[in-house]
Amino acid sequence: MASKRWAYEDMEEGRVFELSARTVTAEEIIAFAKEFDPQPMHLDEEAGRKSLLGGLAASGWHTSSVFMRMMYDSFIADSTSEGSPGITEMRWRTPVLAGDTLTGSSTVLSRRRLKSRPHIGLVTFRHEVRNQRGENVIECENPILFGLRDPGAAI
Amino acid sequence: MSLDTYLKIGETVTLGSHTFTAEEIKRFAAKYDPQPFHLDEEAARGSIFGGLCASGWHTCSMWMRYNMKNLEHSRDEAWEGPGPRPEFGPSPGFSNLKWLKPVYAGDTITFTRTAVGHRPLVSRPGWRILSLKAAGFNGRDEAVLEFDSAVLLKAG
Repeated sequence: MASKRWAYEDMEEGRVFELSARTVTAEEIIAFAKEFDPQPMHLDEEAGRKSLLGGLAASGWHTSSVFMRMMYDSFIADSTSEGSPGITEMRWRTPVLAGDTLTGSSTVLSRRRLKSRPHIGLVTFRHEVRNQRGENVIECENPILFGLRDPGAAI
Repeated sequence: MSLDTYLKIGETVTLGSHTFTAEEIKRFAAKYDPQPFHLDEEAARGSIFGGLCASGWHTCSMWMRYNMKNLEHSRDEAWEGPGPRPEFGPSPGFSNLKWLKPVYAGDTITFTRTAVGHRPLVSRPGWRILSLKAAGFNGRDEAVLEFDSAVLLKAG
């Protein structure tokens, strides 16, 4: 824990983590859809074009999972993360189409230490994920738990 | 048949049950959420969760799998109108999602869906938006997942 780069102490209000770029391929969209969300617009280019989404588009759950991986690669992996109790709000603003490259940011909105477990704190983020055209595909608010580097110190 | 009857407004529908194996928990985590407590039994024992457990996104995606299975079955049910059979479209997102308890390897989760209501979508004539509540329960009858969702619906 102590060797991790990012702990609760680092999560000052306003801190921004840039999310590393990730391209979502047709193959990955179809594989995820087959397992979890087999609707035609997530499985087939032609069906996608005829749908409201306008092309072969990732399931919202797939987009959310890709966003999770982007957070992991960008800061969660090297953090004292203890998981998350949930998602306050998730908006799938624009469809993620095959070949789209996503980037984004996670910004700290607020934080507090848990009364029940003083060595852990709850950090609330506002996340935005954008496509290569600069359109937001995800707007999300959620709390994530992080261990304290030094639970004895005053913050 | 009214749209409310077809959509089972106010009724909690059981979508099915799924047993999460350690193997599939790790497979999903390796792709999308490789935090140690989703990937490694030993590391998970030392975490806040106390054992290997599924990524919350895995649990949500599994809810969707069983939701789709259920909708496939309901397509076989008679639709007597008025108008063409309602068709589901994309979802704009969800809110108030709570991962209430960890889903541990070996847990069997029963998923449910409750349609709450629907209203016309002003921006898209011919489409409505259906609100629903989703949930998952483990074998100890504890809620592990809940969220409020919405889906577009093409209906006369």
